[in-house]
Amino acid sequence: MAQTKTQFGYRRHPDQDRAGANIAEHAVVVVGAGPVGLSLAIDLAQRGQSVVLLDDADRIGEGSRAICFSKRSLEFWDRLGIGQRMVDKGVVWSVGKIFHGEQLLYQFNLLPEQGHKRPAFINLQQFYAEAYLVDRVGELPAIDLRWRNKVTGLEPHNDHVALTIQTPDGPYRLNAQYVIACDGARSSLRQMVGAEFAGQMFEDQFLIADVKMTAAFPTERWFWFDPPFHAGRSALLHKQPDDIWRIDLQLNRFADPAVEKLPENVRPRIARMLGHDKFDFEWISLYKFQCRRMNRFVHGRVIFAGDAAHQVSPFGARGANSGLEDAENLAWKLDRVLRGTSPEVLLESYHTERSAAADENIRESTRSTDFMAPNSHQEARLRKAVLSLAKETEFGKRMVNAGRLSTPSIYETPLSTADGDNWHGGPRPGASMADAPVAGPGGEPMFLTDAFIGAGTRFTLLTFSNGAAPELPEGTGAVRIGGEGGLADSAGLAAARYDAEPGTAYLLRPDGYVAARFRHPTREGLDAALARAAGIN
Amino acid sequence: MALSTASNFAKPDDAFRAIVEAHRGLNDEQSADFDAALVLVLANHIGDIAVLNEAIALAKRRMLDASQQQQQQQQ
Repeated sequence: MAQTKTQFGYRRHPDQDRAGANIAEHAVVVVGAGPVGLSLAIDLAQRGQSVVLLDDADRIGEGSRAICFSKRSLEFWDRLGIGQRMVDKGVVWSVGKIFHGEQLLYQFNLLPEQGHKRPAFINLQQFYAEAYLVDRVGELPAIDLRWRNKVTGLEPHNDHVALTIQTPDGPYRLNAQYVIACDGARSSLRQMVGAEFAGQMFEDQFLIADVKMTAAFPTERWFWFDPPFHAGRSALLHKQPDDIWRIDLQLNRFADPAVEKLPENVRPRIARMLGHDKFDFEWISLYKFQCRRMNRFVHGRVIFAGDAAHQVSPFGARGANSGLEDAENLAWKLDRVLRGTSPEVLLESYHTERSAAADENIRESTRSTDFMAPNSHQEARLRKAVLSLAKETEFGKRMVNAGRLSTPSIYETPLSTADGDNWHGGPRPGASMADAPVAGPGGEPMFLTDAFIGAGTRFTLLTFSNGAAPELPEGTGAVRIGGEGGLADSAGLAAARYDAEPGTAYLLRPDGYVAARFRHPTREGLDAALARAAGIN
Repeated sequence: MALSTASNFAKPDDAFRAIVEAHRGLNDEQSADFDAALVLVLANHIGDIAVLNEAIALAKRRMLDASQQQQQQQQ
């Protein structure tokens, strides 16, 4: 079985020697050094904030857990300086195949077009992602990562939160202006603020096994309904780095977890699936899942992100990816509020945008789960009809739901400025920026997402020029396509993906989402859109 | 577009008959399977979620009416 991949030492911090009126005060404390907490801390640090990052363990977790990281997550990690490392190690994929019995029902390509820096997905064990994030944290002195620091008490105040933290040397206290809870599905901070976490529990059980073997299967996501090796249920096969394969088998509702988990019981099932038993187990886990979210992601100065705030079923890769979207959404807003360049109400838009995204993720993953594990005879009958219609009709294929994979939500948000011009395409306000290949001033090939990072990962005006660049509001980055000194739209894809004409401008938020767009921007219009997107009204 | 409840077939009896005959020789289980497939095929042909929702609402109302009638008869 898998060993713990990385162990970190507890180190006593000078904060622990301070008490009473002398206790340490910090701007931001992030609780939980998983992918979400680590990424959030890095984003905040890169924006110039000092962050204390607490984790109750001293190691990166076992098992591969989350394995599918989306294009959007990779673009976020590019901004954090670790996207390439993730992609280099990960298994790139974009094709999924769905089988019914032994027959291929259909296949889909999640990124059928060229000209994007990042693929639709990579598969990468969560412990690798966490290890690379921890390495990046180590390069940023503004992050103070404290292992074996467990938050045991939380007192909210008007202008700060008082935390009690347990360590191997005993407890200590500190104050934080904001506490960001990224402490996972069993979040203890969620309990401390007394928030409910209600939702739907699914009865069906699933078995995850990561097995090590060399196999010639292609790097695709393969999903079976009613496979010959696992009659009447579903199965999933997915490749990870290091010759590890993720296998997910649906069990019946009454299966005994303790018995099902035993390697001697798992082995014959998987041997039937693979047609041989030349494999070793890396990790076995049995789970049921729940779809639920907190009513409010923002509890005064305690803000929840990732699994602590919302949970979905795993079919669709919406867990870790949506947590990372939370992090990128929150980081720039918190940075502005701490700097005083935006009012605190900007944080409310984090709740508005990300709770709606959580609802969407829950809806999508609930539908997938219900399709895989029908709740009644009639649901099973409708599914059977869809699967049989899929053999000969296009519409049947598209109704087969074996997981709808994570794509970024489009925010209906008060930060967006409604379109005033005519558009026939391009990302609308509230959508995340589209990537496209461009060429730099020296003709060097690059991507629009690179140019956005180069412009400072801040409010950025993307313009398609036909003359002089418009005067930019202070503190705004610029990406210019065409014109003197601008990037060349070498393949014509940037203009096509943004429905651009000469003069078109997109105002991008610091998280790369579109705030506003104009056919002919005016300084007045830009200022108003910027103020709106920054929560200044 | 709204759900059309006007009579759309030139010969409504032909349409009703076609559906009835499709069920001939099927047991209840097979009939239910057939209906499920037919509903999905027709829903896709309509291709308009608003119309589909209206159709579902109409069919549901009919069920409510039917159960109310049954209760009245029992009283």
